[in-house]
Amino acid sequence: MSEARSKRPLSPHMQIYKWPVTMGTSILHRITGVGLGIGTLVLAWWLVAASLGPDAYAVFETAAFHWFGRFVLFGFSLALVYHALNGIRHLTWDMGYGFKVETANFSGLITYGATAVVTLVVWIAAYASMGAF
Amino acid sequence: MSIQTPLGRVRGLGSAKSGVEHFWHQRLTAAALVPLTVWFVWIVARYAGAPHADVVTVLGHPINAALMLLFVVAGLYHMALGLQVVIEDYITTKGMKIAALFLVNFAAFAIAMICAVAVLRIAIRF
Repeated sequence: MSEARSKRPLSPHMQIYKWPVTMGTSILHRITGVGLGIGTLVLAWWLVAASLGPDAYAVFETAAFHWFGRFVLFGFSLALVYHALNGIRHLTWDMGYGFKVETANFSGLITYGATAVVTLVVWIAAYASMGAF
Repeated sequence: MSIQTPLGRVRGLGSAKSGVEHFWHQRLTAAALVPLTVWFVWIVARYAGAPHADVVTVLGHPINAALMLLFVVAGLYHMALGLQVVIEDYITTKGMKIAALFLVNFAAFAIAMICAVAVLRIAIRF
């Protein structure tokens, strides 16, 4: 009896619940969306600083190049790339494609991989344009 | 056989009183933001760490200024629509919900306006 009970599926619980891929991609889409909303303040700062002149722009650059600034910008770029790529995934769903469970799981994993690759390429390109290599 | 009243069907606006407008605008801005984001990321990566004079010359070009305005307006409208859904999902107190929606929409308009003025100022000055 006790053995039979142990094989029954348990109701979802934080410690034993295995997140499906689509659940992870979904909540990440929302989290990155909110993060990008906060990131618009950085965009505004960049544009305003550039419009004010070299002195204000230098202040922005000092903050951006500080290790914490780079950390924030890296997070911002990661969120932007993920939200854009997963957004494309959402748009294909809106057109009625890719709803099979295996397809949705596969496209989710592709999105994770592509996010890592694209973000890395963007940062390598940025450092290359600064003459780091 | 629908349980909708004939009047409701004519209006076609559903319980939210706005039909599919929110959904549709979210998708329109999303589709617009795909190419705009590619352009934005390219500009930022290309001109990261560049001298101020180079950055404003590029951003001040009419085409780039127009694209940046489109990116900012589409982006912040998309943000306002998205955050509205997040607020409606998680904040259940009516007063708090309305306050949060006010805040998000005011912030979206304010940030969009500030960015737009900055872009136009760059385009005119540099």
